[in-house]
Amino acid sequence: MLILSRKVDESIIIGDDVFVSIVDIKGDQVKLGIQAPKDVKVYRQEVYEAIQSENVAAAQAGTVLPVIKRFAGKKGNPKGSRPGDRPSADSSPNDLIDK
Amino acid sequence: MQVNTKPYGTIEVDERQKIHFPFGILGFEHLKWYVLLDASQAPFYWLQSLDDPDVAFVLIDPLVFRRDFILEVSEEELQEIEIEDKEDMLVFAIVTIPENQELMSANLQGPVVINRKAKTGRQAITLNPNWKVKHFILEELAQVKDEAC
Repeated sequence: MLILSRKVDESIIIGDDVFVSIVDIKGDQVKLGIQAPKDVKVYRQEVYEAIQSENVAAAQAGTVLPVIKRFAGKKGNPKGSRPGDRPSADSSPNDLIDK
Repeated sequence: MQVNTKPYGTIEVDERQKIHFPFGILGFEHLKWYVLLDASQAPFYWLQSLDDPDVAFVLIDPLVFRRDFILEVSEEELQEIEIEDKEDMLVFAIVTIPENQELMSANLQGPVVINRKAKTGRQAITLNPNWKVKHFILEELAQVKDEAC
């Protein structure tokens, strides 16, 4: 791993178009300014990883869905909406995809 | 078209229900095509991968259990799925259902946004730190009830 020392207001360049600058240092917290092209996604690592592992957990669930009391008896249509179906005020979002 | 689904086996789904996820879902980046199905149990939906029948996510409309949920994500994330009008936008949370189903939770930190017109979708990352990867649905629903009283 490359380790560089930087002071406030100094920066580094990654590739041709990603700029990371040290905006502020307070105690154990460092504020970074990141300038990158729109297609370069910048996330806090822990957020990214948390979502990723939550997705993996979600995908492992079985196919028996819980019953939430107030929705009990309301059945959806597994085949989804059909062409011509239009969203109605109280219908839930699967009329959703435009045909 | 015939679709192999995790919850229902092979079913017929209208071709026009195909949704393109150009970036996939985090952790499942290689899967780019999905269909949105009503679940047999309201208020859930299934987001079924067309590339891998074993991959399907349970979705819920966050407003069902959090009336105060507002999508706060970067404009770029929305532009990348060609959202021009917020009216075209469907917002869901992925539901995790553990063995004890009462502890089912919804991920509001990584909401799924679908453009119903362009039929594109993505998992966005919310900019508001109040939204977490685990919101316990029943617990939050109980609070909605309390507020109503």
